[in-house]
Amino acid sequence: MSTGVHTVSPARLPGGGVVSRLACGVVQPILSRVVRRIAARHPSLFARLGPHQGTDFLIDPVDLPFALHLRPDPGALLFRAVPRDAVPQAGAVIRGRFLLLLELVDSEEDGDAAFFSRDLEVTGDTEAVVRLRNALDDVDGSIAEETAAMFGPPGRAVLARLRRAYTPEMERT
Amino acid sequence: MSLAELICPAGTPAALRTAVDAGADAVYCGFQDATNARNFPGLNFTPDELAEAVTYAHARGTKVLLALNTYPPAGKVDLWRQAADTGARLGVDAFIVADMGVADYIARTHPGVRLHLSVQAAASSPEAIRYYCEHFGVRRVVLPRILTIPEIRQIKREIPCEIETFIFGNHGLMVEGRCSLTNYLTGQSTNMDGVCSPASDVEYARHEDGSMSSQLAGFTIDRFGPEEKAGYPTICKGRYTAPHRPEGYYAFEEPVSLNLSRLLPELIDAGVHAFKIEGRQRSKSYVRGVVRAFRAAVDDIRAGREANMADLVALTEGQKQTQGAFETKKWR
Amino acid sequence: MAVTEMTTKLTLGPIAYHWPAERRRDFYARIADEAPVDEVYLGEVICSKRAPFHEGELPEIIERLERAGKTVIVSTLAEVMLKRERKATDDLAVMDTPEIEVNNAAGLYARGRRPHRIGPFMNAYNEATIAWMAGQGATHVCLPTELPAEAIAVAAAAARDEGLGVEVQVFGRASLAVSARCYHARAHGRTKDNCRFVCEDDPDGMPLRTRDDAPILRVNGIQTQSESYVDLLPEADRLVADGVTHLRLMPQDVDMVAVAGVFRDVLDGALPVDEADGRLGVLSGAVNLSNGFYHGAAGYRRIAMAART
Repeated sequence: MSTGVHTVSPARLPGGGVVSRLACGVVQPILSRVVRRIAARHPSLFARLGPHQGTDFLIDPVDLPFALHLRPDPGALLFRAVPRDAVPQAGAVIRGRFLLLLELVDSEEDGDAAFFSRDLEVTGDTEAVVRLRNALDDVDGSIAEETAAMFGPPGRAVLARLRRAYTPEMERT
Repeated sequence: MSLAELICPAGTPAALRTAVDAGADAVYCGFQDATNARNFPGLNFTPDELAEAVTYAHARGTKVLLALNTYPPAGKVDLWRQAADTGARLGVDAFIVADMGVADYIARTHPGVRLHLSVQAAASSPEAIRYYCEHFGVRRVVLPRILTIPEIRQIKREIPCEIETFIFGNHGLMVEGRCSLTNYLTGQSTNMDGVCSPASDVEYARHEDGSMSSQLAGFTIDRFGPEEKAGYPTICKGRYTAPHRPEGYYAFEEPVSLNLSRLLPELIDAGVHAFKIEGRQRSKSYVRGVVRAFRAAVDDIRAGREANMADLVALTEGQKQTQGAFETKKWR
Repeated sequence: MAVTEMTTKLTLGPIAYHWPAERRRDFYARIADEAPVDEVYLGEVICSKRAPFHEGELPEIIERLERAGKTVIVSTLAEVMLKRERKATDDLAVMDTPEIEVNNAAGLYARGRRPHRIGPFMNAYNEATIAWMAGQGATHVCLPTELPAEAIAVAAAAARDEGLGVEVQVFGRASLAVSARCYHARAHGRTKDNCRFVCEDDPDGMPLRTRDDAPILRVNGIQTQSESYVDLLPEADRLVADGVTHLRLMPQDVDMVAVAGVFRDVLDGALPVDEADGRLGVLSGAVNLSNGFYHGAAGYRRIAMAART
């Protein structure tokens, strides 16, 4: 049974209400800076997105108090935090734990492997997700590191702490 | 001539650099169109990207093989010819081909560039391989994943070219180059368009009970329980019912990947010249992990040491691996 | 090029299934006596294990068909890997008569430049490949079943320029894949080597349904076929106009004499297409008819008359 266009079921996940809105407000300026910076440094990314530059992606880190809405349109880039009870209609939804998503962005983890193990869930327009994945995979270096570096030593410390917190889950070959 | 060359997948320029840095002897890649069998959205190379990739690889002693391994439908042959011309101009080390018309064109127009016979040509006997060697000057055959090691050894004795075998990755069940399953459901052809279960026709649906269905063009290919490992939504890895199998079963094959790491010494002994890692559609992370592991294993074997392979099961489809036909013909 | 008006030939492709010897004999006797087909392809194309069951009767069947005025062609195996498959291919390749249709490059190698037909498993997708094959002695080419109309037209023109006959499958299940593994044996918990010929139980293939209960594919030993029967009866005029000289009917578990009659009547202008196609639907029973490949759509689809260009 296809569920067509997807919205996250707010009942099952945290991230609505006042706390979520506050968190969104805190991270929003950071997100905007991050995405503008990535776009400026990796323009070839958009070519690989092809017709899906205008697609709305909902990136849903299940362990954060909010979801992320991305529209990778080079002319009107959008990357914003949204409370789970107010997510937009999305063409594609990518759902998983935050660090896994971060590692997928950085190609430290393999998306297909995460999908096989059911740690990653994809619904909606599969081609859009595949294009986004391939576009990000063609970026050399670490987007997470780049992002952390934007905020200097405090940024790197946050990233390192985040990774340490997840270490038991990170055991890879 | 090096023994046991490692032939590695490159779906993007970054993946190509990753493979080269991880120790690939050669990388294989394709253009962003129907001329290769991994014509997937957002994947592959523009001519400019390929030019840079060739420079990068050659500077590090790595060869670049260009896959032109689909079958041009009548009226569109020029696209394949132009791709060959571009590849030759950019200095690729070999073309991987399947179509006789394409092979003939390259043999006549670019006789200086090596021709490898793609697995898509489905040449599984010495006679078939010799046909391509004698007529088009093919220097290497990529064998279908359906032969046992004794059969490979026998073939090697009877052919005048090198043998390349797959050692890791997607475990194709159908004879490659003879499969229209995708076209039957989606209208896009594996042979002519270079697609297999195209993402544009794939949809995953999550159900209330935590199970997930994978659908291709509206047909349910499989349904995975909440804890069950998943596979690609390819028709040949789907679960179906038959009159006496009402419970549903994997009619062709389970989601599983090929892993021949333990058979490498035997394959070398059987006369295999090159080992191919499947996965141009996979991430840099996969390329890095798999190429490094096999690089170390091949180096160990060359040095006379026992190979100590890293565990790659996390990267396999369904998180299961098989030695397929290579181990026993009971697989058939 | 002024093509002299020639009759389009109807052909009967090789039986894909493991029909018992007696059934085959009766089938071809009826084809010989009653079916308005011009050419008949014989021989085992799918599974080399089956061949011994009907090789013995082949000469008699050939004689019977030729006596009835049919041209007989023997088709070679689609998959050649084992010693017995290599030998079977070599044995056919040395024959002078009847004609042979080659379905594997091993057969091309064995045949050399002596005249032969190119079978649908040879992947003659385009004019360059057809020209190459013609230069190597091919006299006739059966195009891949998944080739769409525009490509058929270009390929047919090129083949005609080379003096080749051009054939397209217009009826019966499409071959969608072949494998080294036997899926009939697998369904019964066996392997290819100890299959005990369980495929004999399914004279029209073993149906597979999705878990939503949609019929989707048919298993025939190592071969996977379409659930639907390809039906290009309404497209026959265009095929002929585009240069196709031979229309192939694949034997299914239906009244093939009647199927051939319907096609012949349409080619002769003796029956309106709509009425003929209705009859074909009745003859095909519960099986769906499809023409998606021809129209560049999903193969299982049936593109309605009105939607055709």
